[in-house]
Parts: sequence; C-alpha cells; structure tokens
Amino acid sequence: MSIVFDKPHALTDELMHYCPGCTHGIVHRLVAEVIDELDIEDRTVGIAPVGCAVFAYNYFACDMIEAAHGRAPAVATGVKRANPELVVFTYQGDGDLAAIGTAETVHAATRGENITVIFINNCIYGMTGGQMAPTTLPGQVTTTTPYGRKPKIQGNPIRVCEMLSTLDGVAYAARVSVDTPANVRTAKAAIMRGFRNQLARKGFSIIEVLSTCPTNWGLSPVEALSWLRENMIPYYPLGTYKDIDAAGGGRK
Amino acid sequence: MAKVLMKGNEAIAEAAIEAGCKYYFGYPITPQTEISEYMAKRMPDEGGLCLQAESEIAAINMLLGASASGTRAMTSSSSPGISLKSEGVSYLVGCDLPAVIVNVQRGGPGLGGIQPSQADYYQATKAYGHGDMHLPVLAPSTVQEMATLTCEAFDIADIYRTPVIILADGAVGQMMEPVNIAECRSREVPPKTWAACGHGGRRRHNIINSLLMDPEELERTVLARFERYREIEKNELAFAEYMVDDADIIVVAFGIAARICRTAVDAVRAKGIKAGLLRPITLWPFPSSRILFHSETAKAFLSVELSMGQMVTDVKLACECRRPVEFFGRTGGVIPEPGDVAAKLTAMAKELGCETR
Repeated sequence: MSIVFDKPHALTDELMHYCPGCTHGIVHRLVAEVIDELDIEDRTVGIAPVGCAVFAYNYFACDMIEAAHGRAPAVATGVKRANPELVVFTYQGDGDLAAIGTAETVHAATRGENITVIFINNCIYGMTGGQMAPTTLPGQVTTTTPYGRKPKIQGNPIRVCEMLSTLDGVAYAARVSVDTPANVRTAKAAIMRGFRNQLARKGFSIIEVLSTCPTNWGLSPVEALSWLRENMIPYYPLGTYKDIDAAGGGRK
Repeated sequence: MAKVLMKGNEAIAEAAIEAGCKYYFGYPITPQTEISEYMAKRMPDEGGLCLQAESEIAAINMLLGASASGTRAMTSSSSPGISLKSEGVSYLVGCDLPAVIVNVQRGGPGLGGIQPSQADYYQATKAYGHGDMHLPVLAPSTVQEMATLTCEAFDIADIYRTPVIILADGAVGQMMEPVNIAECRSREVPPKTWAACGHGGRRRHNIINSLLMDPEELERTVLARFERYREIEKNELAFAEYMVDDADIIVVAFGIAARICRTAVDAVRAKGIKAGLLRPITLWPFPSSRILFHSETAKAFLSVELSMGQMVTDVKLACECRRPVEFFGRTGGVIPEPGDVAAKLTAMAKELGCETR
C-alpha cells in the first residue's frame, strides 16, 4: 500500500490547540510542506509571534524562537545577520505584525532583510478573545468595537502588502487566501516563492494570508469562509503587490 | 598590545571585539554613541556586523536573535534608551540567553540631561524588567575597567546563560585614559548546545522560549534560574577596598563616584580622620557580606552616589542597622567635588566623636 497523504516532516506530532475551523492549521501545513519540498528543515529557524500562533514553536520541527509581541522581524534580523546560511521565517498575526510590531516590520522590510514573513490577517485579536485588530474592517463588531469599528473613532484598517510594496528592500509581497482549495494552492505557491527568494538572497518576502477566526467572529467554520470572501477580499484584494522578478519592476 | 589612550566608550567597544563579540546592535543616544561609531568602523575588519536599529526595542530584539542563534552579541544605550530595552531584557532572562547590555548613564527621569549620572542603580539592580529575575551588574570606575569588565561580562553571560549589565556613567564613558586591552582575561565557557541555529538533522529541534503556561513548570524554571543566581552570588562578587582596615567611617561608592571619594578619603586622612573606601565592582551581587563584616569595626558608613540616594538602601540592609548609614550625592548630572565629600566626612567624624590627630 502506498502512502498518498502524510503529515509533513517539518510538523511535529504535537496536538495543535487551534479552534475548529481556524485556518492556522492549513497555513502551518503549507509552510511545513514548503520546508519539506525545499529540504531545508535542518537549517531553518522559525520565529513565533505573540498571538494565537504563539505555540507555533511546538508545531514546527525546525529550530524555533518565541519572540516578544511584534518583535519577530527584529529577532529574525539578529538570527539571519549572524547566520546568513540559515533560512529564517517569521509567522505573525495582524496585531503582532501591523500594530505593536509595525516599526519592526517596516524597517526589516526596508532594510531588505533576507527573511520570509508569513502574515496571518484575520481582522481580529484571537488569543485575547476577539478585540479590534489593526486590520479590523470598518463596521466590524469586536469586543472593543461593540458598536462596529468607526473609522472616525477607531481609525482605519491598515493594508500591509500595499504599504510594504512601496519599499525598496521588499522582493516580494503577495496577499493570498485559504478559503477554497484553489486559493490554498495559490497560497502554497506564494509561500514557496517567499522561501525560494530567501534561498536566492533576494531580500524581504511577505505573504499575507487572509484567514478565518470562527470563534471570535461568532460564525460556524463554513460561514466564516463566506464572511472572508464577502467582506475581507473586497477590502484586501488578493494578488501580488510586488515581485522584483516580474516585468516592469513588479509593483502592482 | 601596549597601553593606548582611549575614551571609555571606545574601550568597551574594543574589549567586546576582543571578547569575540561579532554582532553589535545599537541606536544613537548621548553619551554613549561612540560605542556605535567605533563598532561601525571596526566590525567590518573583524568579519562582524554593526547594525543601527530603528529603535532601542528593535536593537535588543536583534541582540536576542543573534544570541539565540549562539553568537556573542552586544547592545548599548544610555538611560532613556535603556528603559526601552527593558522588555527585551526580561525576555532574554526568560529565555536564558547570554547577552551584554551597556548603560552609560545620564541624568533622568524622562529625557533628563546628558551629563553623568548613577540614577539608574535601582533600575539596574532591582527592576530591569518584569518578573522574578536578577542580572549581574558590573560597574566600571576607570577606562581600563570599561575594557576588562566588558570581557568579563561576556564570559559571565555565557557561563550562567544570563544577560549581564555594564552600568557605566557619562563621565567614565567620555573620559580618556590609558588602557591595555591585552589585560582582558577570558575564561572557559560551556558549548551552546541549546542554540537555535538549525538542527542539522542531528538532534530534536531547539526551542528558545520564555512562555510556560503551567504555573508549576514556570515556578520550577524560575527556581532553577535562582539556583544559578546563588552560584553567581558565590562566584562572581567583586569589590575593591582602600584603607578600610582601621577605618571609622567607610565610604561606599561605585563608578566615577568612587574616584571622587578616594580623593576625599585621602584628604580627610591627612587631617587625621580614619576614613576608608569600599567600591562595589559588582552591584548585583552586592558586597553585603563585606559591609556586614566591616560593621564590626567601622562606626558608620557613607554612601556617595550621583543620584538622590539609591545604593544607600542596600548599604543599610547590608549592615543590618548596626551602624548609622548616611548619604551624600548630587543628581541631575552634577558631579560632587572631593571637597564636598570630605566636608561630609568631617562633619560625620565630629558627630561620631572620632579621634583626630
């Protein structure tokens, strides 16, 4: 009997703590598949965030460092600069990357740090129980925007790929989604690009993955996928925002 | 290498390179910017890297990354910037990572000033970051010590897997004195088998982490760390003494203040007042046992600091209220004159009824 589907080697046997319907598990698997296919687990160091993915250090089988909230790109900078032969990735949520860690994100990007950033955007703070994120949509109800996010009061959401695509150090910025099998395949290709860019020393790559949070959105897993399609994709259009290998400089 | 004339800040940088520090992450702030500038010039020749971070917060986290991957790395700042680093320092402790962090102190609070100060004593010795923790704190008093203690700091950091603080001040940082980098000593340090540097297919993955959700496990980890602190207290305590054996009054002072006090001790000795000087070189561990020992014979202690009086609390605790402990200091960047300290000692001697010639 031949094995047709197996757990990637780059994932440990640790039981994941993610809620039913949460897409973290899919994205973890995609990252692990890419690490397996590039055969780089032995020389990869991952940086975990503070947020729902805080325990990612238990799930990835490569060496892992757990950073302070928002500081993963700075930690990754230290690891990569001290060990250019290593493959270094960060795995961060929207609060971590686009609120408390915005400075670290922008400056790692503009320095062109040769790292790969996996950015999970689910429009909410999951771990602390559903508060407003920097990416929370206008009108979206969270525990800290109980009347819906009002831009005049709580400000506007931040579009990370669009912002980072203006920086010279960025080699690749793409927004993908994992709401359909087709989009999962596109997401994997983008993550693969992000890691390949690093192996080719091209600079900073960010893959923003639109993700669901059924628990804190108060939706079933299937409803959450629909909510993502109907509300998030219009505000955060999918696509490649920068690709230095594309014709014409690669800015969308 | 022969003696050369160097600024204290430059001596720290050169000694760090001598100690094998390959990565320096900094952010400009007076009065310690020479460390960054010196590193920027020297590191390329050493095959290392001096990287100017976007903030003190980023700098300490870059240091964390470089250290977590098993290399020797350093950051430096001055008081306001050090406050920004405190988050990272606590994480370094929680992750059991070696690191060297230099504070060339200036006056505070807030932006304060840019003149020398010792007002970060409490911060350095009691509360550098959140949580149950200690940090070895080394207090250089000369440019030579800026060098030798920096080398020491890297070894202590590696041996006990802890961040180590160099608590200097703007005066020692900015002054020029002869220094011999070759006087720096190095010790044997354990291999960094814990480092996150790629498992190479040879071992299970290493995890560098400060998060422990199980209270029992967190308590066990903190207790194990405190066992290491006991070892540090036992092995790493350092202080220097001057004319303490027959002293009626012992001045306790560190860093630049100790140099001022030594002149003051000489001045009052010439007038027949038996004064001496105890200079803590490690502020944590603090030479409490030595102060207690001296409290058998000395009649009083005087803590002299460039602050409103912070170390004085530790001197009082150390002598267990057996002897009066007084304080003299200036703050805000004002440096006391030896004559001011001598006048204080003279007044104390009179009050204590000490014999004079």
